[in-house]
Amino acid sequence: MAIEWVVIVLSFAYLTLLFFIAGWAEKNAHKKLFSSPYIYALSLAVFCTAWTYYGSVGRAANQGLDFLTTYVGPILMAPLYMVVSRKIIRICKVQRITTIADFISARYGKSLFLGAFITIICVLAIIPYMSIQLKAISYSFSIFSEELPPRGDTFFKDTAFYVTMVLGIFTILFGTRKIDATQKNTGLITAIAFESLFKLFAFLLLGIYVTYGLFDGFGDVFSSAKRLTDFERLITIDPEHGYSNWFWLNLLSMLAIILLPRQFHVTVKENTNEEQLKKVVWLFPLYLLLINLFVIPIALGGRLLFEGQGVDADTYVLAMPLANDSVALALLVYLGGFSAATSMIIVSTSALSIMLSNNLLVPMVLRNHFLGKSFEGRLNSVVLRGRQVMIVVMLILAYLYFKLVGERFSLVSIGLISFVGVAQFAPAGLGGLFWKRGNYKGALTGLIIGFVVWFFTLILPTMVTADILPSNLLNEGFLGLSYLRPNYFMGLNTGNFVAQGFMWSILLNTLAYVAVSAITRQSTQETNQSEVFVDIFKYSTVYESAILWKGKAFVADIRDLLATFLGPERTDRAFRKFKARNDIEADSIEADSRVVNYAEKLLAGAVGSASARVLMSSVVKEEKINMHEVFDMLQETQHYISDNKELKRKSEELQEASLKLQQANDELTKLDRLKDEFISTVTHEMRTPITSIRAFSEILNDNDDLEAEQHGQFLKTIIDETERMERLINQVLDLEKMESGQIQLTLRDLRLNDVTRDALNSMQHLLKEKQIKLVTQLHAKLPMIKGDRDRLMQVILNLVSNAMKFCDPKSGEIRIVTGTNNGSVELSVLDNGPGVPVESQSLVFEAFYQAENQTLKKPEGTGLGLTICQKIINMHDGKIWVKNGIKKGAVVTFSIPRI
Amino acid sequence: MKKVLIVDDEPNIIMSLEFLMKKNGYEVFIARNGAEAIKAVDRERPDIVILDIMMPHVDGYEVCEYIKQQKITPVAKVIFLSAKGKESDIAKGYEVGADFYMTKPFSTKNLVNKINELTVSKP
Repeated sequence: MAIEWVVIVLSFAYLTLLFFIAGWAEKNAHKKLFSSPYIYALSLAVFCTAWTYYGSVGRAANQGLDFLTTYVGPILMAPLYMVVSRKIIRICKVQRITTIADFISARYGKSLFLGAFITIICVLAIIPYMSIQLKAISYSFSIFSEELPPRGDTFFKDTAFYVTMVLGIFTILFGTRKIDATQKNTGLITAIAFESLFKLFAFLLLGIYVTYGLFDGFGDVFSSAKRLTDFERLITIDPEHGYSNWFWLNLLSMLAIILLPRQFHVTVKENTNEEQLKKVVWLFPLYLLLINLFVIPIALGGRLLFEGQGVDADTYVLAMPLANDSVALALLVYLGGFSAATSMIIVSTSALSIMLSNNLLVPMVLRNHFLGKSFEGRLNSVVLRGRQVMIVVMLILAYLYFKLVGERFSLVSIGLISFVGVAQFAPAGLGGLFWKRGNYKGALTGLIIGFVVWFFTLILPTMVTADILPSNLLNEGFLGLSYLRPNYFMGLNTGNFVAQGFMWSILLNTLAYVAVSAITRQSTQETNQSEVFVDIFKYSTVYESAILWKGKAFVADIRDLLATFLGPERTDRAFRKFKARNDIEADSIEADSRVVNYAEKLLAGAVGSASARVLMSSVVKEEKINMHEVFDMLQETQHYISDNKELKRKSEELQEASLKLQQANDELTKLDRLKDEFISTVTHEMRTPITSIRAFSEILNDNDDLEAEQHGQFLKTIIDETERMERLINQVLDLEKMESGQIQLTLRDLRLNDVTRDALNSMQHLLKEKQIKLVTQLHAKLPMIKGDRDRLMQVILNLVSNAMKFCDPKSGEIRIVTGTNNGSVELSVLDNGPGVPVESQSLVFEAFYQAENQTLKKPEGTGLGLTICQKIINMHDGKIWVKNGIKKGAVVTFSIPRI
Repeated sequence: MKKVLIVDDEPNIIMSLEFLMKKNGYEVFIARNGAEAIKAVDRERPDIVILDIMMPHVDGYEVCEYIKQQKITPVAKVIFLSAKGKESDIAKGYEVGADFYMTKPFSTKNLVNKINELTVSKP
């Protein structure tokens, strides 16, 4: 009984010490000591929670080396701090961002919805995580009382409850002192640094006690441990799935160290200057190394000491000194664990309270007319009180979770599951840091998908374990689909559900983010922000002149608004500073865009960037910025021109459009000219038959005394020429239809040989009449083609009748050859006529190929026939050309792709 | 009998011109292209040439220039009979020395009258 009271007294004494340290640091905040990189680096060690303290040993004792992944990842990440964290810190300073939710929502156009969504994920992921800290406190307490934890007891008998409440008071006092969240909470951070130092000290002391007190050094621990049956497994990585699991778990903790709300809080929000990072790069890994140094000896030692006694490995840390009657050490170790748990709870609640207030509470009050009215003028108290209430609410939620659900899980599983939850911010958060095209839709889609997969693969199984959901969900899968079993999603089984769940969620999340971003476009606001985020180092000096607002606002309005949140004194100071820095006239009535931007950033520090935007829009009459105005503004600020990608994009679009227009115009002009030429050629071509017709008609009219034979001949000529005229008209119409696309091919699978035979059959009579010899060489295994039978027939008829015109008048011979060439089917028509001069070979397919200025006539006979043939063959994706035969004559060939 | 040389590559047009000229008492010679026309000019020394412009190889303008460069007098009259009806075409016809330019389709009466006029005015 007595020892319990000692523990309780010590716990509260420790908390009192924290209050003292925080209060002292707060008073002396201006001293150099408190902006030291050592305090900063130690505060980052809030990463090591009670889970580290108790859970690592438990995990090492049961599963072996896996626990290391949680620390190897951050150690690997530390060198990248200069690249990633420095950039995040700079952005957050410039834009006065204080939480991860704010950060991501700001990147994607200051979206309220995105901020709220991320906040909710954070709360869902972190509350259970906080609850396991309470569980650790409660359990470690119960070890001293040698009783089961007071599970059924009412809360007022539970020490953990009082500890929770004291932590709440501490966080409220030292975490919400200032409304402007960007201001440093020196007291709180110093207390956290102290806690980090304390837990490290306690754990090292225990390690030395076990390794060198209970055993005879590292060598002794390991050689004694050889007798454990699973010794090999405990000190090696499972060769089958171990490496891939290690990879995913390391990546997971790499992301967690950046994205966990409490890490973001200490790394980014509480950073006083970027130089501090240089120390962190080696100090933080060193800390992690030290705190893990004795984990394996303690774990193995525990296994050896308690062999067969059924002691929970999570409690080895305390059980070992107690079993050896080292009560004082046990009490110190207990306080070490207590400090690990309390630091995590304090920082997490601070971070989440800002997040909740910025992304849920303030937007809600601003949006809701009723709430907005009733809190008008008291918004600052909404923000501050809101944060305080949120802290208490979250602590109560964490406590309830611990009492109702959390008791059924080990420390490790919940910690890792919440890691996976926050790791979902990686694609949107880190992607948006380096990739400008990443956009709101992509970020939201990725987050939702990642969140759903996370919930499905990792949260659902815990709900089954807690008997909230039926167990057949795990065995049979969602809706009875076996590939939708949460633990074996898509049928994959690597033996580590967390690694699997992380892999699926982060892969699908990233994929969705990239894919949706690639196919959708950003809004102007987003483009602006993505530009600022990705190129922050270019902008951080010129940011205040960035064009984000255009509109009318009065300085007095802005002042009033700021004063509501920051108080009149700070507002005055901020304005004076800004005016001096930017050379703005002291008494201007209208605020220019720089003032608006500056005020918005000041507000963002208090209420988050999305809410700040909403607030500012209440005093600034924003006007839609049209492109001309943007142009004008940009010309004023020369340096901005080259930077503003949005403008570049627009002007490129304009250029492109004007180029297209130009091309279209050229095309039209060319078409117009061609049409003119064509019309003049057609009319010209018609003159010839009309000339004959008119001449003979007049002759017949004027000469009644013609001989019958001559009379007949003249009449026949008139008829012939009329027919010629008709053919010409038909061909012109045909060609016109083809060019305007009115003629659609009816494509069918065809044998070109069959079409050729049909065409030749219809010409037999004519050929015989003219005594022309026809030779056919049709390829026996000609592949099929897709074609329009009637149109191809027209082509063949045309080519053959051309050949008839040109072949030797005495011993005419026409040869038709089919064959294949390069995946195409070819047909050639050869004659034994004079051939086509080389210079005309490419011209014969042009309509009436003589142009305007030409006075020479084309080869006899070619009018529109070949032009039409070419059109038809082109519509079949084929080619047609003319060459001269080896001996004599012309060869016209067309080819059409085979099926 | 006056000699007329008809130069054209359209058989039906030649046929009609031949009929008209013979009926009006001319001795008719025929050439189907520019080269033939030049030979016929040298050989037959026609009084008048009815000349088409668009022909294979050697066009009507060249033939006209050839005729008008002849040293031996009298130089044949040239009347262009062409489907080319643009002002620039006509101007070019007169430039190369044509005595008259008539466009196709033509009025048989006008053509016959013009030819008579051109040949009669000769000393």
